[in-house]
Amino acid sequence: MEDDFLLEVRNLHVEVGGKKVLMGVNLGIRVGETHAFFGPNGSGKTTLLNAIMGFADYNIVKGKVIFCGKDITHLPVNERAKMGIGISFQRPPSIRGVRLRQLVEICAKKNGKLLEEYAQKLNLVEFLEREINVGFSGGEIKRVELLQLILQDPQMVLLDEPESGVDLENIILIGKAINHLLGRKIKPNGEKSYKELHREKMKSALIITHTGHILQYIDADVGHVLLNGNIVCKGNPREILHTIREHGYDECYRCFRKER
Amino acid sequence: MAQDEVDLDLKRFREEAPEHPQLEDLTQLSPEDREILLKAGIDPMETERSGSFLQMDHSVVHCRTHFEGVEILSITEARKRYNGLNEYWWKTISADKDVYTRRAELHQEHGYFIRSQPGAQVLYPLQACLYLTEDQIAQDVHNVIIAEESSDLHVITGCATSAQVRSGLHVGVSEFYVKKGAKLTFTMIHNWPEEMAVRPRTGIWVEEGATFISNYICLLPAKDLQMYPTAVLKGRGAVATFNSILLAKERSLMDVGSRVVLQQEGCRAEVISRAVTTGGKIIARGHLIGEVPGVRAHLECRGLILNEKGVIRAIPELEGRAAGVEMSHEAAVGKIAQEEIEYLMARGLTEQEATSLIVRGFLSLEIIGLPKALKEELDKLIEETEKETI
Repeated sequence: MEDDFLLEVRNLHVEVGGKKVLMGVNLGIRVGETHAFFGPNGSGKTTLLNAIMGFADYNIVKGKVIFCGKDITHLPVNERAKMGIGISFQRPPSIRGVRLRQLVEICAKKNGKLLEEYAQKLNLVEFLEREINVGFSGGEIKRVELLQLILQDPQMVLLDEPESGVDLENIILIGKAINHLLGRKIKPNGEKSYKELHREKMKSALIITHTGHILQYIDADVGHVLLNGNIVCKGNPREILHTIREHGYDECYRCFRKER
Repeated sequence: MAQDEVDLDLKRFREEAPEHPQLEDLTQLSPEDREILLKAGIDPMETERSGSFLQMDHSVVHCRTHFEGVEILSITEARKRYNGLNEYWWKTISADKDVYTRRAELHQEHGYFIRSQPGAQVLYPLQACLYLTEDQIAQDVHNVIIAEESSDLHVITGCATSAQVRSGLHVGVSEFYVKKGAKLTFTMIHNWPEEMAVRPRTGIWVEEGATFISNYICLLPAKDLQMYPTAVLKGRGAVATFNSILLAKERSLMDVGSRVVLQQEGCRAEVISRAVTTGGKIIARGHLIGEVPGVRAHLECRGLILNEKGVIRAIPELEGRAAGVEMSHEAAVGKIAQEEIEYLMARGLTEQEATSLIVRGFLSLEIIGLPKALKEELDKLIEETEKETI
């Protein structure tokens, strides 16, 4: 049932710097679903995320992005953010002279969530007065991205390699923060069934993971493999990850060729 | 520009100016004037200030400090009192340097004298304001600041004109002496009308173990501003830092540099400038001269061009005159990175809001160790100016 999708990508063709990167991607994510994307470097994972967010360098030459039933293919980035799409950057830029506090205050503006409280949970209190991402380590950058997202509280969360460049201790913290962000790991209570709570609280997510490490801490519902700008496989994320770990992406190529 | 070249038509400025009566208190100024002074970093309420000096046109109308260990006088009075200030008069800079120094020698009408006593820790800044009230007046001042041994002094100088002034000439000769182990922080804020021509000429001597910090902020740029203050680090371990923040609107020209001569072992210097043009031309110069081994210096210039008409020329110069000097520079001129704008847009800001936040950050004084209250005042000023101009 197509109407059920929170985010839908239809036959998406995207060029970056004149080079074709995505060639007809189709994707549907329902409310509360977490989708994991696997794929080798250069397969188009980040391009897919950035095209969904609407960044200028990602030229949509064909196809549509639909969010909450509305065609957002040509909406500016900030409009998409306002509608409820949030992104965690893999390598966010540093912004000199602007304190992190100024940015997270912008994120928190709409929902009045407790900035200080979450900054503390993510061990970021001392970073609030520092310039955005200037001299932050890999783990600090990822935590800062998650702090912004938690305060933004988007309905659809796009996470670009949340575990890259992060040590083990930070991965655990980041995993917890993502679960919180997505409303996962909630317990059913007397009034509402788990399913009801699930639908109410859970965010949808699209997570790019190169290594799959992050999936030890968060449950993904659907897995996809992206190869050369096409989704070649959709299925159980743990099975897909297992196959890739055991046999590498070569197996995905082989499997894809056979199925065709 | 050749030093001797007359690049302005000096005949169009008047040498005579109206006389102004003494002001007991800066709060006696009109609300309009007070507002203008505030925008030049001068607080008429004197909150967290150790003293004030105000010169209107050619009259010193207010000069007062309540802090022991520091004096603030009109330079005319100081020369009378201290035997012509011969040790400090035209020493860091030559009267023959160029047409403007010569004119200042010939036409000089006052200026300020500020001195901190040996060992004095002057808690709050002193503020000095040079103000023009009528159109087309020439104001030539000569200032001297002395930070005696082991003292700590902060001077804020604000230069501005009253609202009805469109044009004028401001020539300011300034000589600063930072004695052994002392620290002088000099913050200058220029707040000029569009047709103003401005020619500050500044020389600074820094002795052994002493520190000089210059913060220069020009957000409401003159039609024509040209300055190149020079600090000479004369003693071992002397330190100089120049921070400049420049915003040039259409039709304005700002040619601003900072030069440091490192003459003794262990001297250090840092020159940092941030330039933004919304249509004007900025020449950001820097010149570091290392004369002996064992000195370190760095020069950094960043420029943002926000409009097709804007021009920024960054001209960094490093001059090593001995093996064993350690000097470096970095310069970057361009537009705001699209990536930074989109990063902020992804958090919900419009493109314009994102640009504005980045420009404010770029011009912000985070890099400068200013007193908190002054920093907040300046941040507010940057925010207002940025809103008006961009």
